[in-house]
Amino acid sequence: MEGDLIVLADTGKYIGAGLAAIGSGAAAIGVGNVAGNFLAGALRNPSAAGAQTATLFIGIAFAEALGIFAFLVALLLMFAV
Amino acid sequence: MDQFLIKPLFGDGPVNWWTPTNATLWMALAIACIAALLVLGTRGRAVIPTRMQSIAELAYGFIYKMVEDVAGKDGVKYFPYIMTLFMFIIFANVLGLIPMAFTTTSHIAVTAVMALAVFFSVTIIGFYKHGLGFLNIFWIAQAPLILRPILAFIEVISYFVRPVSHSIRLAGNMMAGHAVIKVFAAFAALLAIAPFSILAITAIYALELLVAVIQAYVFAILTCVYLKDALHPSH
Repeated sequence: MEGDLIVLADTGKYIGAGLAAIGSGAAAIGVGNVAGNFLAGALRNPSAAGAQTATLFIGIAFAEALGIFAFLVALLLMFAV
Repeated sequence: MDQFLIKPLFGDGPVNWWTPTNATLWMALAIACIAALLVLGTRGRAVIPTRMQSIAELAYGFIYKMVEDVAGKDGVKYFPYIMTLFMFIIFANVLGLIPMAFTTTSHIAVTAVMALAVFFSVTIIGFYKHGLGFLNIFWIAQAPLILRPILAFIEVISYFVRPVSHSIRLAGNMMAGHAVIKVFAAFAALLAIAPFSILAITAIYALELLVAVIQAYVFAILTCVYLKDALHPSH
């Protein structure tokens, strides 16, 4: 009975870590949105694009940060809980 | 994942804070490479730069322009700090890509120290420059009055989460990249998929080189953004 509970807790941990990895996919959507919209805008007005690359990277970094939190949750579930 | 283990350089004793480890070695190598590039590169001060001098000048000019563009004219005072961070991270990342090397930036302990240093120095600069007016960063004057406390709550959380995302972004990217290469390297042992696996390793290695440079750039540019917030707290 005791052993069963430990196995159950471990199973839940791995399922949770796997679910947290969905967040990485969501971050991929976000980063893709930022980059795609940048490209769409850049092709319409190429002369203004060069000055906005810094903004592009800031946007990507902020979108990616939330995916990193999902990764952090997965890591915590795997190794810390 | 053997490559992320911290081992003493000499012998097999316990790792204390004074023990020279492989992390110490690769950090020292990164510093030595930076010093070699910047000192030897600019020694000649030629009008027509040599290859090394033009690399050093490009790196300097690139970061200088970035600080000026993102943090503004009054942020240029802090340029040496951002240049130091950028050069250390880019060299640690790229040196870590050498096979059998140790990637110092793949450890959260290393990146967390850098991110916390940025966080505390930016907060101190903000309070030093503006006194309590720095708290305006949380109080968005353009928003409707009803929304302001809610926004302030969100802003406070996002402010304190900054060092977490700042450090884990770099460490996570480095660690994940090396882990992916390791996984494909394990597939290379199976004869049937070995050619595909080796091709994939080559492609991922090229991608990792790109990621190593981009993450150094992102770390530096986010430092500039935080610095801009500290210098001009009212939105």
